[in-house]
Amino acid sequence: MYVAKRVAQALVTFVSVVTITFALVRAIPGGPADFIRAQVMQSGSADEVSMSEINALVESYTNVDPSTPLHVQYFNYLTSVLQGDLGQSVWYSRPVADIIVDAAPWTIFLLSISILLTFGIGIVLGAVMAYLEGTRFDSSSTIASMFLNSVPYYIAAIFLVYVVSIQLGMLPQSGRFTSGLEPGLNVEFIASVLRHAILPVVSLVVTGFGGVAITMRGNAVQEIGEDYIRVAHLRGVPGKRIATRYVGRNAVLPMYTNFMIAVGFMFGGSVILEEIFAYEGLGLYLLQAIEARDYPLMMGTFLIISLAVLVCILIADLTYSKIDPRISDQGSREAY
Amino acid sequence: MAEKNSSFNQSDGSAGGQGASQADLYREWIDMALLTPIRVAWDDWRTQVGSIIIAFYLLMGTVGVALVEPPTQGQGPRLTPAFQDWSVPLGTNDIGTSILSSTVHATPPMLQMIAAGAVFSTAIATVVGTVSGYKGGLTDRVLTTLTDIAMTIPGLPLIILLAALFEPTNPALIGILITINAWAGLARSIRSQVLSLRDHSYVEASRIMGAPTRRILVDDVLPNIMPYVLINFVNSARNVIFGSVGLYYLGLLGGTHENWGIMLDGAYNGGAIYSLQVIHWLFVPMFAIVGISFGFVLFAQGTEKLFNPRIRARHAETVEDDTAPYQE
Repeated sequence: MYVAKRVAQALVTFVSVVTITFALVRAIPGGPADFIRAQVMQSGSADEVSMSEINALVESYTNVDPSTPLHVQYFNYLTSVLQGDLGQSVWYSRPVADIIVDAAPWTIFLLSISILLTFGIGIVLGAVMAYLEGTRFDSSSTIASMFLNSVPYYIAAIFLVYVVSIQLGMLPQSGRFTSGLEPGLNVEFIASVLRHAILPVVSLVVTGFGGVAITMRGNAVQEIGEDYIRVAHLRGVPGKRIATRYVGRNAVLPMYTNFMIAVGFMFGGSVILEEIFAYEGLGLYLLQAIEARDYPLMMGTFLIISLAVLVCILIADLTYSKIDPRISDQGSREAY
Repeated sequence: MAEKNSSFNQSDGSAGGQGASQADLYREWIDMALLTPIRVAWDDWRTQVGSIIIAFYLLMGTVGVALVEPPTQGQGPRLTPAFQDWSVPLGTNDIGTSILSSTVHATPPMLQMIAAGAVFSTAIATVVGTVSGYKGGLTDRVLTTLTDIAMTIPGLPLIILLAALFEPTNPALIGILITINAWAGLARSIRSQVLSLRDHSYVEASRIMGAPTRRILVDDVLPNIMPYVLINFVNSARNVIFGSVGLYYLGLLGGTHENWGIMLDGAYNGGAIYSLQVIHWLFVPMFAIVGISFGFVLFAQGTEKLFNPRIRARHAETVEDDTAPYQE
């Protein structure tokens, strides 16, 4: 029941994202239809091309035929998106779906590693800080965490490029792998991919784990002070078990909202991050599409980034309800 | 948060007696709602350092703008390093613009963006969070679904799309645009705060007496979550800084205002990373950005204890109790 509800909610969210993109396509003056029309006019053949041909052209690019009524346009757009047809990129002259299939795995690869590392490091560090509350280690790592938390990830990225790849020449500055390498499952290629991923991942993790650690520390300190922990100590539960099962679990659970926000934040951040590292992922294509006014590609990458966030959150949601049964019987409260 | 109400009763001695005038009640309220939290917060070095940093940027955005001349081309020799020529103390960029002028004159639009964005997102979040948490039922389900949708749509790409399409120029408008879905996370956590408040006995009493929902929310619920809302007001300031500098860095907001992001972009793509000679061009805007957000983070962390009832209880004295022995 709960699973069905969450999946249904994810679907509603996805449809509303599609609606937003559709509204953007439609509502903006000088939107894609005008843009393509202007391009046809420019090519000098305007006299021979009839209005209906232009409309057909617009439809083949954006899946929206301007001559039909609005609700028909919306329905057609929605069905073609749900069938995986995202139109044709004006700039690259390739189907948007092809570009996305090429770019999406790289972005997902970067960001899933970053998210896991950020939360892994943050939670462990926060728990250690809480257990050592008041010691020098605690206060110095709190200050360090606060400082790192106030550095934007793109500043860290620029700084790392400056120090590590320009001044020290240790890691590559840009790209997904060394150019000229043939993609394949060999050691050389994988090593190159990993080396290129280090700096983007580090700039997200270094600026992200501090916030997680501080929240975790606060939650854990509060948990350690609870009565049931003292009772557990008194009845002789081993300290390690208390730390992981009692304190750890209860301190991590409230961070679920932070996780949801972090997923959206990091996927959104891929636009700036991939621009700095010239890393050909979804974010870089989105930015290029905006600069080239390539509406089909713009909408397509935006949809797919949203979809990736949605799936991440859905997975988190479903595992969360497994760990914390209280979550699934919400909504049974009295309404005022 | 019950401590807040009980401390009111304890210190009621003078104000709550027979001769309680309107002014006394008013003074009591100010003391409880404003001065005590400030005093508790000021106890913390983080609040102090944070306030000093924020005050410095405020000064830079008001007095500094009057003292430092606006940035123009050719204020000094091109690519002067920092601390060499005192007419351009922080050096110049590739067209001879003083880095100090650009940095200082980027402050006022930044402060406007921060203020507008933080007010907008905090206000929306508070309204949505309190109403959905308190009302429950269908209202709650609708608002929660809306919040979840807003939280799931990746903020930056949406902002980038909107910025590219509407090309806003007003700093306040840019601030609001950046927080267009940033309210959702805060709304969700306010909702869970309100969930634990809605069944307190004094809220129930108001409900039974037939007070309208609006009054219950404003009089009974809101005062209890106010410290939390204020902390998050400061937190959202940091998000506005990150977002706006990022947008300017990507060149999506054009050159309508001076901004640290534009300076950063110019330095990064203008070759400042390849030479130690011109590294000031890159590092000065970096310091400006990290400095202001560090100020806000410190301030938020320092004031956080206002919200933690266990720490609060130790500090919750009001003016009348000032004669009490000092407690560590």
